[in-house]
Amino acid sequence: MRFFAAVHSEVTKLLSTRLWWVLALIMVGYVALCAGGLAAIFGGVGTTGRGPVIPEAQLPLLIYSFATSVGYVFPVLLGALAVTSEFRFQSLTPTFLAMPRRTVVLGGKLVTLLLAGAVFGVVALIASIGAGASVLAAFGIDPLLGEPDTWAFIGRSVLAMALWAAIGVGLGALVPSQVAAIVIVLAFTQFVEPLLRVGASITDWSAQVGQFLPGSASDALVGSSIYTSISPTTVSLDWWQGGLVLAAIAVIATVIGYFTSWRRDVS
Amino acid sequence: MPTGVPIEFARLTKSFGNVDAVSDLTLTVEPGQVTGFLGPNGAGKTTTLRMLLGLVQPSSGTATFGGTPYGRLASPLATVGASLEAASFHPGRSARNHLAVYAQAAGLPKTAPDAALEKVGLADYGSRRVGGYSLGMRQRLGLAFALLGDPAVLVLDEPINGLDPEGIKWIRLLLRAMAAEGRTVLISSHLLSEVQQTVDDVIIISHGKLVHRGELSSLDTSDSKQVQVNADDRDRLADVIRAAGYTVSNLRSGILVDNAEAAAIGRLAFDAGIPVTALSQKRTGLEESFLTLVGEEGSL
Repeated sequence: MRFFAAVHSEVTKLLSTRLWWVLALIMVGYVALCAGGLAAIFGGVGTTGRGPVIPEAQLPLLIYSFATSVGYVFPVLLGALAVTSEFRFQSLTPTFLAMPRRTVVLGGKLVTLLLAGAVFGVVALIASIGAGASVLAAFGIDPLLGEPDTWAFIGRSVLAMALWAAIGVGLGALVPSQVAAIVIVLAFTQFVEPLLRVGASITDWSAQVGQFLPGSASDALVGSSIYTSISPTTVSLDWWQGGLVLAAIAVIATVIGYFTSWRRDVS
Repeated sequence: MPTGVPIEFARLTKSFGNVDAVSDLTLTVEPGQVTGFLGPNGAGKTTTLRMLLGLVQPSSGTATFGGTPYGRLASPLATVGASLEAASFHPGRSARNHLAVYAQAAGLPKTAPDAALEKVGLADYGSRRVGGYSLGMRQRLGLAFALLGDPAVLVLDEPINGLDPEGIKWIRLLLRAMAAEGRTVLISSHLLSEVQQTVDDVIIISHGKLVHRGELSSLDTSDSKQVQVNADDRDRLADVIRAAGYTVSNLRSGILVDNAEAAAIGRLAFDAGIPVTALSQKRTGLEESFLTLVGEEGSL
């Protein structure tokens, strides 16, 4: 009952400011542009027969996976900001006055953001499939929307986006400074991790480590990604292992954050 | 009607490193009256209140509501209403949603936010984003948060700060009325003059230590009496008074005579044939004793 109240309150918090729909809007535009654009390029390449050709059967999922491979930064930001804004606007004071059990508050936030991340996943998939499938169909490529594999992929993508939002919560608790958290999210997802993944794929032993990077784990969970198709020799976890890695990162970051910032004195 | 419970501090201490922000505070705040919690800025008032509300962990000692610490209250917002000095809201959220967030967390009825906005006179501004609120409106919103659960105990940190004169009058009446209903009301301030018309009882702390506890009138212990007097020929008046054995000092608008009664000074001037243009007994009393109790820093 108390936990349900915490989730209820967190859902209201999330929906009562502009952040969620601003992030969702940017995500839809970004994902649709990438998916539609790449569908046009690969569709065109496929029909003219020059350059690297991705088999037609793999192309649709690769295009749709832009929902997670470029869209995942948005649920992370949503989760991180949900925590850091409490520190920034000192709203932890009324939050803890209304609900003195701090673990319940943080747990409620985690569950709320898992739900919100799943919703972001659905929205991102609508964008990537909407834009990607229509462009593919225009080039005469089967968008594979009726295939069970496609729907399994959609389910795993939604799960991945939910877990990314939870990772955001953990990051926000670890790094309560809002500016620092945003910089870390953008620098890590857009720059540091892509470099690490490319670097890790060079040797066998580093590739073993590299598959545990959150982005690699996410791609493993989803099962298709522009990164893995660029370097197809890269070793990769099973989809369920990828999911467990993401969940473990979220839980460990949140638990450490609880001890380093969440349970401290609020003054 | 919820009945007030006493607030009890027992040997409450908080140290930051080697500095004791609050040390060994033991006292009880009774229901049915307004208690002023006074001290200069930095005396430890806010830290004490934050420990009482479970936001800051005491180094030792306890702070409870009738024996129950804040974190163990069955329904905290319906028992204790608190408003702390810091502006604690997301500027992009409307006042109604701000209150709804906490009403939901505390399991209060859906009507609670609007009822609280009504009580503080913000009913017409409930859907406006808080970022656009004036200082006075934020102060009222803080109070609306405190009143959300119709609590039996009110703990307010500097509630008068930032209010306009009309707002000050309004909050005075509200706090008096709540105390009259039997609730416990504890308000902090760094200015005695700000709360002296509101409080029955005062607690004064300085450097984290209790320096005075009692009824407001108990503060007026000073027996020094001063008279302010003025005349067109101020120098001659000063000579006459000095000749009678008084200590005088010059003010911008007259002469200040220590340890004197207005009647005696008036007679002196009359006997010397000096027309007096102003004559008054200065009340030192409350503010003076307050400043003496809290030390030099009190005047900051």
